[in-house]
Amino acid sequence: MSETLADDVVTRLSSAADAASVRAALSGRADVMEMTQATHDAALMPADPGGLSHGLRAALAVRIARLNEDEALAAHYARLLENAGASADEAAAADPDFKGGGRLAAAIAFTDLVTMRTRETTAADIEALRKVGISDADIVRLAELNAFLAYQVRVIAGLKLMRATA
Amino acid sequence: MSTVIREFTTKIPHWRPRVKPIDLAAATPEQLDALKVTPSNTKVSDYVLVLANDVETLKVRTPLFNAIMYNRGGLGRAEREIGATAASVVNHCIYCAAVHSSRYNQLAKDESVMERIFRDGEEAELDDRQAAIFRFATRLSKAPSEADEADVQALRDAGLDDAEILDLILSASLFGWANRLMHVLGDPVAHEG
Repeated sequence: MSETLADDVVTRLSSAADAASVRAALSGRADVMEMTQATHDAALMPADPGGLSHGLRAALAVRIARLNEDEALAAHYARLLENAGASADEAAAADPDFKGGGRLAAAIAFTDLVTMRTRETTAADIEALRKVGISDADIVRLAELNAFLAYQVRVIAGLKLMRATA
Repeated sequence: MSTVIREFTTKIPHWRPRVKPIDLAAATPEQLDALKVTPSNTKVSDYVLVLANDVETLKVRTPLFNAIMYNRGGLGRAEREIGATAASVVNHCIYCAAVHSSRYNQLAKDESVMERIFRDGEEAELDDRQAAIFRFATRLSKAPSEADEADVQALRDAGLDDAEILDLILSASLFGWANRLMHVLGDPVAHEG
């Protein structure tokens, strides 16, 4: 198992393997990078998406990547979105300026809050999702999607800094 | 109703869910597998029962979590806990901060570091290596764009090698994830009685 790198989104988008010392470190954590990719697939393209379609997941992922100023990651999710068969409304959620209406608006507002101002989240924000008819299971799915993206965008940013200082 | 805890502490609170945990008696085979429920192990926390609502993510996230926090080599376990705690302080996840600061204290056999972090936040006076670790993890947690090359260079200058820096990135980022579940889906409350 020497120098074998998984073809995962994080390694690819950070270009971290361009630096030999970072490549070696990633090779030592190949299991973590593989599992990171598995969580990407589970959060974006689960076999049972519940009330959160693959299209909406991809659109919110584009939005979150843009909120975090990671255009390359946003482009990755935009490609996913193209293939996910999202409704026009769902696809519009990719634009951080789009606020939507009804259930979609609630999911979008929750996403913006949890992505950018996590600490300010309160029980009232969960109630707001329930009030528009989003089930508890879908609330967990939405939180997991946001949470995974927060992790992924930070690992990519950290790896880029490692490469830049290698 | 017990009181919600709002101040950082190393005493681990009880976690009260804001959404419904799954009913273990009605769990699917896939959920039972992800929960690692066996006839001899039927104790599952409310937190994990809440996450079982999204069983596909839970199933792959648990081994990822364990690998990042506990696998061999690279950054020492206590220093990974600094990364986890830094994120939890930024996101004000009282529960996560309690679990991981107390774990740091056990591993490092030193309570003064977490005392200073809880009291002074980013102004906490730490030794050079701890300060570089805490500062980088804090800035990466606030927003990925806040951490910069100087922060990573400071890690290198403090003696961290690439394997250690990678582990710090992973542990701090992992708590960007964990905080968004723990702090968002429940409240830390005092133990009854």
